[in-house]
Amino acid sequence: MTKDDIKQIVLDIIAEIAPDEDLSDVKPEVRLRDQLELDSMDFLDIVMELRKQYGIEVPEADYPELASLDSCANYLEPKFAALGTKA
Amino acid sequence: MDTSTRIVITGIGLTAPNGNTLAEYRKNLLDGVARVQNIEVRHMGQMHAGVCDFDPLKYQKRKELRNGTRVGSVSIYCAREAVNDCGIDFEALDKSRIGVYLGVTEHGNVETENEIHNISQFNYDTKFWTHHHNPRTVANNPAGEVTMNMGITGPHYTIGAACAAGNAGLIQAAQMLMLGDCDFALAGGVSESIHTFGIFAGFKNQGALAHHEDPNQASRPFDQDRNGIVVSEGGCIYTLERLEDAQARGANIIGELAGWCINSDATDAVLPNPERQAQCMNMALKRAGMRPQDIGIVSTHATATPQGDIQEIKAVREVFSDCPNTWVNNTKSYIGHAMGAAGALELAGNLPSFEDGIVHPTINVDNLDPACEFPTLVLNKPKSVGRVDSILNNSFGMLGINSALIIKRYEPNT
Repeated sequence: MTKDDIKQIVLDIIAEIAPDEDLSDVKPEVRLRDQLELDSMDFLDIVMELRKQYGIEVPEADYPELASLDSCANYLEPKFAALGTKA
Repeated sequence: MDTSTRIVITGIGLTAPNGNTLAEYRKNLLDGVARVQNIEVRHMGQMHAGVCDFDPLKYQKRKELRNGTRVGSVSIYCAREAVNDCGIDFEALDKSRIGVYLGVTEHGNVETENEIHNISQFNYDTKFWTHHHNPRTVANNPAGEVTMNMGITGPHYTIGAACAAGNAGLIQAAQMLMLGDCDFALAGGVSESIHTFGIFAGFKNQGALAHHEDPNQASRPFDQDRNGIVVSEGGCIYTLERLEDAQARGANIIGELAGWCINSDATDAVLPNPERQAQCMNMALKRAGMRPQDIGIVSTHATATPQGDIQEIKAVREVFSDCPNTWVNNTKSYIGHAMGAAGALELAGNLPSFEDGIVHPTINVDNLDPACEFPTLVLNKPKSVGRVDSILNNSFGMLGINSALIIKRYEPNT
């Protein structure tokens, strides 16, 4: 699974939890909270959906790793790889 | 508390299974249009239910709908409709002086059942239990969602009062206005109960759930063949103001809260007590400074359970037996039992009688149960009575909670 695949997975999750947001121009290097109306409960939703949909656990200490699409991809890439998920 | 302070109704917002505005709802009450349908209820199958079809996206974002509760949406819709109806410049109001007081029969069952179902898909592993559970299930949820949606920073809470909740919300708001805790109140009752299987299963196993081949005939208070309750969702929220504030802004005054009472049976958890119900009505009359003969309409609570309707009519006979011009009706035959919203909706459907002088009937009475006979019951057809000056709204609930609320025509010079 490529980093771009992972960014799309995260964007798909955000589309579910923040359905009013326009996700057509999310900048991967910019913090998600600086460009979208997301609060702490929304980030918990992202964590929950990663758990439900992919069996991926994000410990609380690692929540800052989910700040932007780029940081999500960097952080989640080895976790997806460890699951043996194919791109 | 200044008990001489007069409290008036200046706006109404509602959603009922047969109407999303007072005008639509009233028309259907006069035209005999019931709206009950069969819905699929988890673990139960097809059940009769009163379902509301208002558009939640009229006042909420999709994210609010995802994170919030059904009863939160009902409440927001009704609150905003009431504010629109009352004609106030809401943006100019001091939001810290607005109070939100909503009656609920129960809250949290829907969300808890949903979450248990959710984790059942994950072998009951609680790490899949949503973090939204607590904000969804705190007892103040419906009122709190209203404040967040509307930017209200004054007091908010719900009043848990079983099926007396609609009246209880209005009474609470009136008292808070009298105390000066707020200057403008959003008050009434709300329900999302059709989304919990537990309420259906509980009533069914109690022998108190209605069934009929035609859902629209399932709720039949006072009829010989009645066999229980149709569970419904709904909401009705009023804007209440002190009379002088309403007059100062030239508000349209729909009615005045004349008197009320809430008391307790202290006898049985489910079987109503006619003696206490009669005491409740009499105390409301006394506080209003009125005689039974002064009441134009008694809006009964009757839910179409075999015993409950008889008990209420006993209480009505006790208070109104010498009142040939006091008309008695019921609304649940049209929309089922909207639980926390029931009392508030039932009152709203009768308030237009101040304007049109017509008493809407209770429908589905093919054979009046002799045990429920009362000479001024308005059955199956509306009755034009010329003039209605006051309504006594009865709402009772489990654990023996009784409420009676009297609304009278607003007379400027009294």
